[in-house]
Amino acid sequence: MANSPLAIEVQHLTKVYKTTRAVDGIDFALAPGSITGLLGGNGAGKTTTIAMIMGLVTPTAGSVRVLGADMPRQRYRVLHRMNFESPYVDMPMRLTVRQNLKVFGMIYAVPDLTERIKEIAAQFDLVDLLDRPAGKLSSGQKTRVSLAKALINRPDILLLDEPTASLDPDTADWVRGRLEDYRLDHSATVLLASHNMVEVERLCDRVIIMKRGRIEDDAPPAVLLERYGRHTLEEVFLDVARGRAHLQEAAQ
Amino acid sequence: MSARASSAGELSARRIGAMVLRYWYLLRSSWPRMLELIYWPAVQMFMWGFLQLYISSNAGFFARAGATFIGAVLLWDILFRGQLGFSVSFLEEMWARNMGNLMISPLRPVEFIAALMIMSLIRLAIGMVPVSLLAIAFFGFNLYGLGLALAAFFVNLILTSWSVGIVVSGLVLRNGMGAESLAWTFMFVLLPLTCVYYPVSVLPAFMQPIAWALPPTYVFEGMRALLIDHTFRLDLMLEALALNVVLFTAMALAFVALLASARRNGSLMQTGE
Repeated sequence: MANSPLAIEVQHLTKVYKTTRAVDGIDFALAPGSITGLLGGNGAGKTTTIAMIMGLVTPTAGSVRVLGADMPRQRYRVLHRMNFESPYVDMPMRLTVRQNLKVFGMIYAVPDLTERIKEIAAQFDLVDLLDRPAGKLSSGQKTRVSLAKALINRPDILLLDEPTASLDPDTADWVRGRLEDYRLDHSATVLLASHNMVEVERLCDRVIIMKRGRIEDDAPPAVLLERYGRHTLEEVFLDVARGRAHLQEAAQ
Repeated sequence: MSARASSAGELSARRIGAMVLRYWYLLRSSWPRMLELIYWPAVQMFMWGFLQLYISSNAGFFARAGATFIGAVLLWDILFRGQLGFSVSFLEEMWARNMGNLMISPLRPVEFIAALMIMSLIRLAIGMVPVSLLAIAFFGFNLYGLGLALAAFFVNLILTSWSVGIVVSGLVLRNGMGAESLAWTFMFVLLPLTCVYYPVSVLPAFMQPIAWALPPTYVFEGMRALLIDHTFRLDLMLEALALNVVLFTAMALAFVALLASARRNGSLMQTGE
Protein backbone atom coordinates (compact mmCIF):
# COMPACT_ATOMS: atom_id res chain seq x y z
CA MET A 1 0.00 0.00 0.00
CA ALA A 2 1.26 3.45 -0.84
CA ASN A 3 2.27 5.37 2.27
CA SER A 4 0.08 8.42 2.59
CA PRO A 5 0.40 11.00 5.34
CA LEU A 6 -3.35 11.54 5.02
CA ALA A 7 -6.03 9.23 6.39
CA ILE A 8 -8.66 10.38 3.89
CA GLU A 9 -8.08 12.51 0.80
CA VAL A 10 -11.02 13.71 -1.28
CA GLN A 11 -10.32 15.56 -4.54
CA HIS A 12 -12.87 17.21 -6.86
CA LEU A 13 -15.36 14.59 -5.70
CA THR A 14 -18.60 14.65 -7.66
CA LYS A 15 -21.66 12.42 -7.70
CA VAL A 16 -24.46 12.94 -10.16
CA TYR A 17 -27.66 10.87 -10.04
CA LYS A 18 -29.39 11.38 -13.37
CA THR A 19 -30.01 15.16 -13.19
CA THR A 20 -29.27 15.63 -9.48
CA ARG A 21 -25.80 16.75 -8.47
CA ALA A 22 -25.64 15.18 -4.98
CA VAL A 23 -21.97 16.03 -4.43
CA ASP A 24 -20.42 18.80 -6.47
CA GLY A 25 -16.64 18.85 -6.77
CA ILE A 26 -15.64 18.85 -3.12
CA ASP A 27 -12.08 18.69 -1.77
CA PHE A 28 -10.84 17.96 1.74
CA ALA A 29 -8.21 15.92 3.48
CA LEU A 30 -8.25 14.42 6.97
CA ALA A 31 -5.09 13.94 8.98
CA PRO A 32 -4.61 10.70 10.92
CA GLY A 33 -6.07 10.92 14.41
CA SER A 34 -8.36 13.85 13.60
CA ILE A 35 -12.07 13.98 14.31
CA THR A 36 -14.11 15.95 11.81
CA GLY A 37 -17.77 16.84 11.77
CA LEU A 38 -19.63 16.83 8.49
CA LEU A 39 -22.58 19.18 8.83
CA GLY A 40 -25.36 20.00 6.45
CA GLY A 41 -29.12 19.98 6.06
CA ASN A 42 -31.06 17.11 4.55
CA GLY A 43 -29.89 16.47 0.99
CA ALA A 44 -26.65 18.40 1.51
CA GLY A 45 -24.62 15.40 0.30
CA LYS A 46 -23.17 14.17 3.61
CA THR A 47 -24.35 10.57 3.34
CA THR A 48 -23.35 10.30 -0.33
CA THR A 49 -19.89 11.64 0.56
CA ILE A 50 -19.49 9.08 3.35
CA ALA A 51 -20.78 6.33 1.03
CA MET A 52 -18.14 7.24 -1.56
CA ILE A 53 -15.43 7.22 1.12
CA MET A 54 -16.53 3.70 2.09
CA GLY A 55 -16.57 2.53 -1.54
CA LEU A 56 -20.31 1.96 -1.43
CA VAL A 57 -20.95 4.46 -4.22
CA THR A 58 -18.76 5.04 -7.27
CA PRO A 59 -17.94 8.73 -7.85
CA THR A 60 -19.02 10.32 -11.11
CA ALA A 61 -15.80 12.32 -11.10
CA GLY A 62 -12.92 13.05 -8.78
CA SER A 63 -11.25 10.68 -6.37
CA VAL A 64 -11.26 9.36 -2.82
CA ARG A 65 -8.16 7.88 -1.23
CA VAL A 66 -8.39 6.15 2.13
CA LEU A 67 -5.08 5.26 3.80
CA GLY A 68 -3.54 5.55 0.36
CA ALA A 69 -6.01 3.23 -1.38
CA ASP A 70 -8.11 4.48 -4.28
CA MET A 71 -11.82 3.93 -3.50
CA PRO A 72 -13.76 1.96 -4.56
CA ARG A 73 -11.21 0.28 -6.88
CA GLN A 74 -8.78 -0.75 -4.13
CA ARG A 75 -11.30 -0.97 -1.30
CA TYR A 76 -10.35 -4.49 -0.17
CA ARG A 77 -6.89 -3.20 0.72
CA VAL A 78 -8.31 -0.99 3.45
CA LEU A 79 -11.86 -2.07 4.38
CA HIS A 80 -10.53 -4.23 7.21
CA ARG A 81 -9.07 -1.04 8.74
CA MET A 82 -12.33 0.89 8.50
CA ASN A 83 -15.76 0.61 10.04
CA PHE A 84 -19.07 2.41 10.03
CA GLU A 85 -22.06 3.00 12.26
CA SER A 86 -25.44 4.45 11.43
CA PRO A 87 -28.88 4.15 13.01
CA TYR A 88 -30.17 3.57 9.47
CA VAL A 89 -28.34 0.26 9.15
CA ASP A 90 -29.41 -2.54 11.48
CA MET A 91 -27.78 -5.62 12.91
CA PRO A 92 -29.54 -8.97 12.24
CA MET A 93 -32.33 -8.89 14.79
CA ARG A 94 -32.79 -12.58 15.54
CA LEU A 95 -29.13 -13.07 16.30
CA THR A 96 -27.99 -12.42 19.84
CA VAL A 97 -25.56 -9.61 20.55
CA ARG A 98 -22.78 -12.16 21.04
CA GLN A 99 -23.60 -13.94 17.76
CA ASN A 100 -23.62 -10.62 15.88
CA LEU A 101 -20.27 -9.60 17.32
CA LYS A 102 -18.84 -13.04 16.56
CA VAL A 103 -19.98 -12.99 12.92
CA PHE A 104 -18.64 -9.48 12.30
CA GLY A 105 -15.47 -10.25 14.23
CA MET A 106 -14.86 -13.22 11.94
CA ILE A 107 -15.59 -11.13 8.83
CA TYR A 108 -13.03 -8.55 10.00
CA ALA A 109 -10.55 -11.32 10.96
CA VAL A 110 -10.28 -10.02 14.52
CA PRO A 111 -7.60 -11.92 16.44
CA ASP A 112 -8.52 -13.41 19.86
CA LEU A 113 -12.16 -12.75 19.08
CA THR A 114 -13.62 -14.19 22.28
CA GLU A 115 -11.44 -11.87 24.34
CA ARG A 116 -12.23 -8.93 22.08
CA ILE A 117 -15.98 -9.53 22.48
CA LYS A 118 -15.58 -9.58 26.27
CA GLU A 119 -13.53 -6.38 26.14
CA ILE A 120 -15.89 -4.45 23.89
CA ALA A 121 -18.96 -5.72 25.76
CA ALA A 122 -17.46 -4.34 28.97
CA GLN A 123 -16.63 -1.01 27.32
CA PHE A 124 -20.16 -0.56 25.98
CA ASP A 125 -21.95 -1.98 29.01
CA LEU A 126 -23.27 -4.95 27.03
CA VAL A 127 -22.18 -7.80 29.27
CA ASP A 128 -25.71 -8.51 30.51
CA LEU A 129 -27.12 -8.21 27.00
CA LEU A 130 -24.74 -10.55 25.17
CA ASP A 131 -27.20 -13.43 24.97
CA ARG A 132 -30.26 -11.36 24.10
CA PRO A 133 -31.50 -11.09 20.50
CA ALA A 134 -30.52 -7.73 18.98
CA GLY A 135 -34.13 -7.14 17.94
CA LYS A 136 -35.31 -7.16 21.55
CA LEU A 137 -33.11 -4.30 22.68
CA SER A 138 -34.10 -0.66 23.25
CA SER A 139 -32.85 1.94 20.76
CA GLY A 140 -30.12 3.02 23.15
CA GLN A 141 -28.97 -0.57 23.61
CA LYS A 142 -29.09 -1.16 19.82
CA THR A 143 -26.89 1.89 19.26
CA ARG A 144 -24.38 0.55 21.76
CA VAL A 145 -24.35 -2.80 19.97
CA SER A 146 -23.88 -1.07 16.59
CA LEU A 147 -20.99 0.94 18.00
CA ALA A 148 -19.47 -2.21 19.47
CA LYS A 149 -19.70 -3.76 16.00
CA ALA A 150 -18.14 -0.62 14.49
CA LEU A 151 -15.19 -0.85 16.87
CA ILE A 152 -14.81 -4.65 16.95
CA ASN A 153 -11.88 -4.50 14.49
CA ARG A 154 -10.24 -1.49 16.19
CA PRO A 155 -10.59 0.56 13.01
CA ASP A 156 -8.08 3.23 12.02
CA ILE A 157 -10.88 5.02 10.15
CA LEU A 158 -14.30 5.31 11.74
CA LEU A 159 -17.23 6.75 9.81
CA LEU A 160 -20.32 7.69 11.79
CA ASP A 161 -23.65 8.79 10.38
CA GLU A 162 -25.66 10.48 13.13
CA PRO A 163 -24.43 8.08 15.83
CA THR A 164 -26.63 9.51 18.56
CA ALA A 165 -29.85 10.07 16.60
CA SER A 166 -32.88 8.87 18.58
CA LEU A 167 -30.94 8.55 21.83
CA ASP A 168 -31.92 10.31 25.05
CA PRO A 169 -29.48 13.06 26.15
CA ASP A 170 -27.92 10.93 28.88
CA THR A 171 -27.23 7.94 26.62
CA ALA A 172 -26.06 10.23 23.81
CA ASP A 173 -23.59 11.86 26.17
CA TRP A 174 -22.36 8.46 27.34
CA VAL A 175 -21.85 7.34 23.72
CA ARG A 176 -19.89 10.52 22.92
CA GLY A 177 -17.64 9.76 25.87
CA ARG A 178 -16.91 6.27 24.52
CA LEU A 179 -16.15 7.66 21.07
CA GLU A 180 -13.77 10.25 22.51
CA ASP A 181 -12.02 7.54 24.53
CA TYR A 182 -11.67 5.32 21.48
CA ARG A 183 -10.25 8.11 19.33
CA LEU A 184 -7.70 9.08 21.97
CA ASP A 185 -6.69 5.48 22.78
CA HIS A 186 -6.28 4.36 19.16
CA SER A 187 -5.39 7.61 17.34
CA ALA A 188 -8.24 6.78 15.00
CA THR A 189 -9.47 9.15 12.31
CA VAL A 190 -13.16 9.86 12.74
CA LEU A 191 -15.56 11.46 10.27
CA LEU A 192 -18.90 12.21 11.86
CA ALA A 193 -22.02 13.28 9.97
CA SER A 194 -24.46 14.83 12.38
CA HIS A 195 -27.30 17.25 12.86
CA ASN A 196 -26.46 17.56 16.52
CA MET A 197 -24.42 20.73 16.98
CA VAL A 198 -23.69 20.07 20.66
CA GLU A 199 -22.18 16.75 19.63
CA VAL A 200 -20.06 18.32 16.90
CA GLU A 201 -18.86 21.12 19.19
CA ARG A 202 -17.88 18.66 21.86
CA LEU A 203 -16.20 16.03 19.72
CA CYS A 204 -14.81 17.65 16.60
CA ASP A 205 -11.61 19.56 16.07
CA ARG A 206 -12.75 20.54 12.60
CA VAL A 207 -16.10 21.12 10.92
CA ILE A 208 -16.98 20.83 7.25
CA ILE A 209 -20.32 22.40 6.38
CA MET A 210 -22.00 21.17 3.22
CA LYS A 211 -24.90 22.65 1.31
CA ARG A 212 -26.37 21.43 -1.98
CA GLY A 213 -23.42 19.11 -2.55
CA ARG A 214 -20.75 21.75 -2.00
CA ILE A 215 -18.53 22.67 0.91
CA GLU A 216 -19.72 26.01 2.26
CA ASP A 217 -17.16 26.26 5.02
CA ASP A 218 -14.36 24.24 6.57
CA ALA A 219 -12.64 25.27 9.81
CA PRO A 220 -12.23 24.41 13.50
CA PRO A 221 -15.38 25.16 15.55
CA ALA A 222 -13.81 28.16 17.32
CA VAL A 223 -12.80 29.72 14.01
CA LEU A 224 -16.30 29.26 12.62
CA LEU A 225 -17.84 30.94 15.65
CA GLU A 226 -15.52 33.89 15.26
CA ARG A 227 -15.95 34.08 11.50
CA TYR A 228 -19.73 34.23 11.74
CA GLY A 229 -19.80 36.25 14.94
CA ARG A 230 -21.93 33.64 16.67
CA HIS A 231 -21.92 31.92 20.04
CA THR A 232 -22.96 28.42 18.98
CA LEU A 233 -22.43 26.15 16.00
CA GLU A 234 -26.18 25.86 15.66
CA GLU A 235 -26.36 29.59 14.86
CA VAL A 236 -23.53 29.19 12.37
CA PHE A 237 -25.33 26.23 10.80
CA LEU A 238 -28.53 28.27 10.47
CA ASP A 239 -26.60 31.15 8.90
CA VAL A 240 -25.14 28.83 6.30
CA ALA A 241 -28.37 26.94 5.72
CA ARG A 242 -30.40 30.12 5.23
CA GLY A 243 -27.78 31.86 3.15
CA ARG A 244 -26.91 34.61 5.66
CA ALA A 245 -23.24 33.93 5.19
CA HIS A 246 -23.48 35.14 1.62
CA LEU A 247 -25.54 38.13 2.70
CA GLN A 248 -22.90 39.09 5.29
CA GLU A 249 -20.11 38.67 2.76
CA ALA A 250 -22.00 40.80 0.28
CA ALA A 251 -22.61 43.48 2.93
CA GLN A 252 -18.91 43.55 3.78
CA MET B 1 -3.82 -1.51 15.87
CA SER B 2 -6.28 -2.78 13.33
CA ALA B 3 -7.09 -6.38 12.51
CA ARG B 4 -4.61 -8.26 10.34
CA ALA B 5 -4.70 -7.37 6.68
CA SER B 6 -5.35 -9.90 3.99
CA SER B 7 -3.81 -9.32 0.61
CA ALA B 8 -5.95 -8.10 -2.24
CA GLY B 9 -7.74 -10.85 -4.09
CA GLU B 10 -7.21 -13.39 -1.29
CA LEU B 11 -10.32 -15.37 -0.41
CA SER B 12 -11.01 -16.10 3.21
CA ALA B 13 -12.58 -19.34 4.41
CA ARG B 14 -13.11 -17.61 7.76
CA ARG B 15 -15.26 -14.89 6.21
CA ILE B 16 -17.27 -17.49 4.29
CA GLY B 17 -17.61 -19.44 7.54
CA ALA B 18 -18.76 -16.28 9.33
CA MET B 19 -21.59 -15.81 6.86
CA VAL B 20 -22.63 -19.48 7.03
CA LEU B 21 -22.63 -19.19 10.82
CA ARG B 22 -24.76 -16.03 10.58
CA TYR B 23 -27.43 -17.87 8.55
CA TRP B 24 -27.21 -20.96 10.73
CA TYR B 25 -27.81 -18.86 13.86
CA LEU B 26 -30.84 -17.35 12.15
CA LEU B 27 -32.24 -20.69 11.00
CA ARG B 28 -31.69 -22.25 14.42
CA SER B 29 -33.46 -19.40 16.17
CA SER B 30 -36.65 -19.63 14.12
CA TRP B 31 -38.73 -22.81 13.99
CA PRO B 32 -41.10 -21.42 11.30
CA ARG B 33 -38.09 -20.98 9.02
CA MET B 34 -37.02 -24.57 9.71
CA LEU B 35 -40.55 -25.94 9.23
CA GLU B 36 -40.97 -24.08 5.95
CA LEU B 37 -37.98 -25.97 4.54
CA ILE B 38 -39.79 -29.28 4.92
CA TYR B 39 -43.42 -28.22 4.56
CA TRP B 40 -43.74 -27.49 0.82
CA PRO B 41 -41.54 -30.34 -0.44
CA ALA B 42 -43.61 -32.73 1.71
CA VAL B 43 -46.92 -31.32 0.45
CA GLN B 44 -45.74 -31.59 -3.17
CA MET B 45 -44.42 -35.09 -2.73
CA PHE B 46 -47.65 -36.35 -1.17
CA MET B 47 -49.88 -34.70 -3.78
CA TRP B 48 -47.97 -36.08 -6.76
CA GLY B 49 -47.36 -39.40 -5.07
CA PHE B 50 -51.06 -40.05 -4.53
CA LEU B 51 -51.88 -38.81 -8.03
CA GLN B 52 -49.35 -41.23 -9.41
CA LEU B 53 -50.85 -44.10 -7.42
CA TYR B 54 -54.24 -43.31 -8.93
CA ILE B 55 -52.96 -42.96 -12.53
CA SER B 56 -50.71 -46.01 -12.40
CA SER B 57 -53.63 -48.18 -11.36
CA ASN B 58 -55.59 -47.01 -14.45
CA ALA B 59 -53.04 -46.67 -17.21
CA GLY B 60 -50.65 -49.26 -18.54
CA PHE B 61 -47.95 -46.80 -19.60
CA PHE B 62 -47.75 -45.09 -16.25
CA ALA B 63 -47.76 -48.41 -14.49
CA ARG B 64 -44.57 -49.13 -16.45
CA ALA B 65 -43.28 -45.62 -16.01
CA GLY B 66 -42.84 -46.40 -12.37
CA ALA B 67 -42.03 -43.40 -10.18
CA THR B 68 -41.52 -40.67 -12.74
CA PHE B 69 -43.90 -38.27 -11.02
CA ILE B 70 -42.38 -38.58 -7.59
CA GLY B 71 -38.90 -38.55 -9.11
CA ALA B 72 -39.79 -35.40 -11.05
CA VAL B 73 -41.23 -33.76 -7.94
CA LEU B 74 -38.14 -34.49 -5.87
CA LEU B 75 -35.75 -33.35 -8.60
CA TRP B 76 -37.82 -30.22 -9.27
CA ASP B 77 -37.61 -29.46 -5.56
CA ILE B 78 -33.82 -29.71 -5.70
CA LEU B 79 -33.89 -27.11 -8.48
CA PHE B 80 -36.50 -24.83 -6.92
CA ARG B 81 -35.50 -25.18 -3.25
CA GLY B 82 -31.82 -24.86 -4.14
CA GLN B 83 -32.50 -21.46 -5.70
CA LEU B 84 -34.87 -20.46 -2.92
CA GLY B 85 -32.33 -21.47 -0.27
CA PHE B 86 -29.79 -19.21 -1.96
CA SER B 87 -32.18 -16.29 -2.52
CA VAL B 88 -33.87 -16.37 0.90
CA SER B 89 -30.52 -16.24 2.69
CA PHE B 90 -29.64 -13.23 0.53
CA LEU B 91 -33.01 -11.59 1.17
CA GLU B 92 -32.59 -12.06 4.93
CA GLU B 93 -29.86 -9.39 4.70
CA MET B 94 -32.21 -7.01 2.92
CA TRP B 95 -35.06 -7.67 5.37
CA ALA B 96 -32.67 -7.18 8.31
CA ARG B 97 -31.28 -3.93 6.77
CA ASN B 98 -27.85 -5.48 7.24
CA MET B 99 -26.61 -5.23 3.65
CA GLY B 100 -24.87 -1.90 4.34
CA ASN B 101 -22.83 -3.50 7.12
CA LEU B 102 -21.74 -6.31 4.79
CA MET B 103 -21.01 -4.11 1.80
CA ILE B 104 -18.60 -1.90 3.74
CA SER B 105 -16.91 -4.91 5.35
CA PRO B 106 -13.96 -6.88 3.92
CA LEU B 107 -16.42 -9.60 2.81
CA ARG B 108 -15.92 -10.01 -0.94
CA PRO B 109 -18.86 -10.67 -3.27
CA VAL B 110 -17.41 -14.07 -4.21
CA GLU B 111 -17.21 -15.02 -0.51
CA PHE B 112 -20.77 -13.84 0.04
CA ILE B 113 -21.93 -15.95 -2.90
CA ALA B 114 -19.95 -18.96 -1.65
CA ALA B 115 -21.67 -18.65 1.75
CA LEU B 116 -25.07 -18.42 0.05
CA MET B 117 -24.30 -21.57 -1.97
CA ILE B 118 -23.30 -23.45 1.18
CA MET B 119 -26.50 -22.28 2.88
CA SER B 120 -28.57 -23.40 -0.07
CA LEU B 121 -27.09 -26.91 0.37
CA ILE B 122 -27.77 -26.88 4.13
CA ARG B 123 -31.36 -25.66 3.67
CA LEU B 124 -31.90 -28.20 0.91
CA ALA B 125 -30.61 -31.02 3.07
CA ILE B 126 -32.89 -30.01 5.95
CA GLY B 127 -35.89 -30.05 3.63
CA MET B 128 -35.15 -32.83 1.20
CA VAL B 129 -33.66 -35.58 3.35
CA PRO B 130 -36.79 -36.08 5.52
CA VAL B 131 -39.06 -35.78 2.47
CA SER B 132 -37.06 -38.31 0.46
CA LEU B 133 -37.35 -40.71 3.40
CA LEU B 134 -41.11 -40.13 3.48
CA ALA B 135 -41.20 -41.00 -0.25
CA ILE B 136 -39.64 -44.38 0.57
CA ALA B 137 -42.07 -44.96 3.43
CA PHE B 138 -45.27 -43.97 1.60
CA PHE B 139 -44.61 -44.76 -2.07
CA GLY B 140 -41.64 -47.11 -2.07
CA PHE B 141 -39.68 -44.58 -4.15
CA ASN B 142 -36.02 -44.60 -3.14
CA LEU B 143 -34.34 -41.51 -4.56
CA TYR B 144 -30.99 -42.78 -3.31
CA GLY B 145 -31.51 -45.96 -5.34
CA LEU B 146 -30.66 -43.84 -8.40
CA GLY B 147 -27.06 -44.03 -7.20
CA LEU B 148 -24.49 -42.18 -9.30
CA ALA B 149 -27.21 -40.89 -11.59
CA LEU B 150 -28.64 -38.98 -8.64
CA ALA B 151 -25.26 -37.32 -8.10
CA ALA B 152 -25.20 -36.26 -11.77
CA PHE B 153 -28.79 -34.99 -11.57
CA PHE B 154 -28.05 -33.15 -8.32
CA VAL B 155 -24.91 -31.40 -9.55
CA ASN B 156 -26.63 -30.15 -12.68
CA LEU B 157 -29.78 -28.99 -10.91
CA ILE B 158 -27.95 -27.23 -8.08
CA LEU B 159 -25.69 -25.42 -10.56
CA THR B 160 -28.74 -24.09 -12.39
CA SER B 161 -30.40 -23.10 -9.11
CA TRP B 162 -27.29 -21.16 -8.02
CA SER B 163 -27.07 -19.42 -11.40
CA VAL B 164 -30.65 -18.20 -11.03
CA GLY B 165 -30.04 -17.28 -7.37
CA ILE B 166 -26.97 -15.22 -8.29
CA VAL B 167 -28.67 -13.19 -11.01
CA VAL B 168 -31.79 -12.61 -8.90
CA SER B 169 -29.56 -11.35 -6.05
CA GLY B 170 -27.85 -8.98 -8.48
CA LEU B 171 -31.23 -7.69 -9.67
CA VAL B 172 -32.37 -7.07 -6.08
CA LEU B 173 -29.14 -5.22 -5.27
CA ARG B 174 -29.53 -3.10 -8.38
CA ASN B 175 -33.29 -2.48 -8.23
CA GLY B 176 -34.12 -2.78 -4.53
CA MET B 177 -36.82 -4.85 -2.88
CA GLY B 178 -39.18 -4.17 -5.79
CA ALA B 179 -37.35 -7.06 -7.47
CA GLU B 180 -37.87 -9.40 -4.49
CA SER B 181 -40.75 -11.22 -6.15
CA LEU B 182 -38.30 -12.52 -8.78
CA ALA B 183 -36.80 -14.70 -6.07
CA TRP B 184 -40.12 -16.47 -5.61
CA THR B 185 -41.36 -16.56 -9.21
CA PHE B 186 -38.38 -16.68 -11.56
CA MET B 187 -37.96 -20.45 -11.36
CA PHE B 188 -41.58 -21.11 -12.30
CA VAL B 189 -40.83 -19.91 -15.84
CA LEU B 190 -38.61 -22.99 -16.07
CA LEU B 191 -41.32 -25.36 -14.85
CA PRO B 192 -43.11 -25.78 -18.21
CA LEU B 193 -40.02 -25.14 -20.34
CA THR B 194 -37.72 -27.69 -18.72
CA CYS B 195 -40.32 -30.44 -19.14
CA VAL B 196 -40.38 -31.56 -15.53
CA TYR B 197 -43.44 -33.83 -15.85
CA TYR B 198 -43.49 -34.66 -19.58
CA PRO B 199 -40.98 -35.32 -22.37
CA VAL B 200 -39.67 -32.53 -24.61
CA SER B 201 -41.48 -34.12 -27.56
CA VAL B 202 -44.79 -32.97 -26.03
CA LEU B 203 -43.85 -29.31 -26.56
CA PRO B 204 -44.70 -27.54 -29.85
CA ALA B 205 -41.77 -27.71 -32.30
CA PHE B 206 -40.86 -24.03 -31.89
CA MET B 207 -40.49 -24.41 -28.11
CA GLN B 208 -38.30 -27.47 -28.18
CA PRO B 209 -35.02 -25.61 -28.96
CA ILE B 210 -35.77 -23.31 -26.01
CA ALA B 211 -36.25 -26.33 -23.76
CA TRP B 212 -32.97 -27.88 -24.96
CA ALA B 213 -31.15 -24.62 -24.18
CA LEU B 214 -31.96 -25.09 -20.49
CA PRO B 215 -29.77 -27.47 -18.45
CA PRO B 216 -32.57 -28.93 -16.26
CA THR B 217 -34.36 -30.26 -19.37
CA TYR B 218 -31.50 -32.74 -19.82
CA VAL B 219 -31.81 -33.83 -16.20
CA PHE B 220 -35.56 -34.51 -16.41
CA GLU B 221 -35.15 -36.32 -19.74
CA GLY B 222 -32.30 -38.29 -18.15
CA MET B 223 -34.49 -39.17 -15.18
CA ARG B 224 -37.25 -40.50 -17.45
CA ALA B 225 -34.70 -42.51 -19.46
CA LEU B 226 -33.45 -44.02 -16.21
CA LEU B 227 -36.84 -44.78 -14.67
CA ILE B 228 -38.69 -45.87 -17.82
CA ASP B 229 -35.96 -47.35 -20.06
CA HIS B 230 -33.51 -48.19 -17.25
CA THR B 231 -30.76 -46.37 -19.18
CA PHE B 232 -28.39 -43.82 -17.70
CA ARG B 233 -27.81 -41.16 -20.39
CA LEU B 234 -24.32 -39.85 -19.64
CA ASP B 235 -24.44 -37.79 -22.85
CA LEU B 236 -27.41 -35.81 -21.50
CA MET B 237 -25.63 -35.16 -18.21
CA LEU B 238 -22.48 -33.93 -19.94
CA GLU B 239 -24.49 -31.64 -22.21
CA ALA B 240 -26.30 -30.27 -19.14
CA LEU B 241 -22.98 -29.71 -17.38
CA ALA B 242 -21.56 -27.82 -20.36
CA LEU B 243 -24.65 -25.61 -20.51
CA ASN B 244 -24.47 -25.08 -16.75
CA VAL B 245 -20.87 -23.89 -16.97
CA VAL B 246 -21.91 -21.34 -19.60
CA LEU B 247 -25.00 -20.32 -17.62
CA PHE B 248 -23.15 -20.01 -14.30
CA THR B 249 -20.39 -17.91 -15.89
CA ALA B 250 -22.91 -15.66 -17.63
CA MET B 251 -24.95 -15.15 -14.44
CA ALA B 252 -21.83 -14.49 -12.34
CA LEU B 253 -20.73 -11.84 -14.88
CA ALA B 254 -24.24 -10.38 -14.83
CA PHE B 255 -24.04 -10.19 -11.02
CA VAL B 256 -20.72 -8.33 -11.20
CA ALA B 257 -22.22 -5.89 -13.73
CA LEU B 258 -25.35 -5.37 -11.62
CA LEU B 259 -23.27 -4.79 -8.48
CA ALA B 260 -21.12 -2.23 -10.32
CA SER B 261 -24.29 -0.57 -11.58
CA ALA B 262 -25.70 -0.54 -8.02
CA ARG B 263 -22.53 1.22 -6.83
CA ARG B 264 -22.89 3.78 -9.62
CA ASN B 265 -26.53 4.62 -9.00
CA GLY B 266 -26.32 4.51 -5.21
CA SER B 267 -28.79 1.66 -4.72
CA LEU B 268 -26.52 -0.05 -2.16
CA MET B 269 -27.29 2.88 0.14
CA GLN B 270 -31.03 2.35 -0.22
CA THR B 271 -31.89 -1.26 0.39
CA GLY B 272 -35.62 -0.66 0.67
CA GLU B 273 -38.20 -0.51 -2.10
